[in-house]
Amino acid sequence: MQVQVNGDQMELPSGATIATLIEKMALAGKRLAVEVNEDIVPRSRHPEFTLSDGDRVEVVHAIGGG
Amino acid sequence: MTETSELQLPEDRPLEIAGRVYQSRLLVGTGKYRDMMETGHAIESSGAEIVTVAVRRTNLGQNPDEPNLLDVISPSSYTILPNTAGCYTAKDAVRTCKLARELLDGHDLVKLEVLGEEKTLYPNMTETLVAAEELIKDGFKVMVYCSDDPLLAKRLEEMGCVAIMPLGAPIGSGLGIQNRYNIRLIVENANVPVLVDAGVGTASDATIAMELGCDGVLMNTAIAQAKDPIRMANAMRLAIESGREAYLAGRMPKKLYASASSPIDGTFF
Repeated sequence: MQVQVNGDQMELPSGATIATLIEKMALAGKRLAVEVNEDIVPRSRHPEFTLSDGDRVEVVHAIGGG
Repeated sequence: MTETSELQLPEDRPLEIAGRVYQSRLLVGTGKYRDMMETGHAIESSGAEIVTVAVRRTNLGQNPDEPNLLDVISPSSYTILPNTAGCYTAKDAVRTCKLARELLDGHDLVKLEVLGEEKTLYPNMTETLVAAEELIKDGFKVMVYCSDDPLLAKRLEEMGCVAIMPLGAPIGSGLGIQNRYNIRLIVENANVPVLVDAGVGTASDATIAMELGCDGVLMNTAIAQAKDPIRMANAMRLAIESGREAYLAGRMPKKLYASASSPIDGTFF
């Protein structure tokens, strides 16, 4: 299935969870926040939250800014 | 000499924001530094306890070999103040705050800024009011970047913002406090902390903000873009302390003509 991650299309196996996606992005264990279709998905739900075809996912972290 | 060195000045009450007490009245940003090491050293040198950060997509804005910002500026040592920089609508600002709260394990202190246009980065106050209302309703503690309009500042306070942060001059301009009278009016009318956010270029600008009675100053570029950011961070720390002391001491009135400091009586010529 196709999922949009941070604005780019990504191919993921159907049934992939947010945890799967984070692992694929080599971000496991990092401090980040995830939004699916503009709704926050709490960290505790990442292993169980199954993504669907066409989902728009944002994975964000803190960077330098003023 | 010994006697004067034992003189104890009455202690200032510390800065309190959203129920938490801070010894430092200098708040700093984390943008525009050469690297993460410089960021960490400058912030340490500034003595700041509240540090603002931006929230961005993971594939942007960071060298993969560099440590994570929150590993250098640890939430256990600093109060992290996520900002909504780059947001031009209330909707984007609210979304950013919600992501930040998730990112920081429920931490709900945020710096709201909704920008109006790219050239001046002047705040869009109508969108700022909409965002502030929504965020406060959702339980956020909002420190709000705003124009230096005394009426809007009061309105934001009445809505429940925990700190009012008027700009001294446009973000990153280093022009200093452009309208001292407005900042003074905002300070005099406020019952929550007022901090100048944006516009400081050098130490004297920060001192002026504090002499006007501001409770603190938030800055980024003035430190990060100095030739020696670590030294400038120290200068800013001292400037904030000096300005605060001068404010508490109460300055002498300004006069048009001279007034001799040495007595006229007893002159022998």
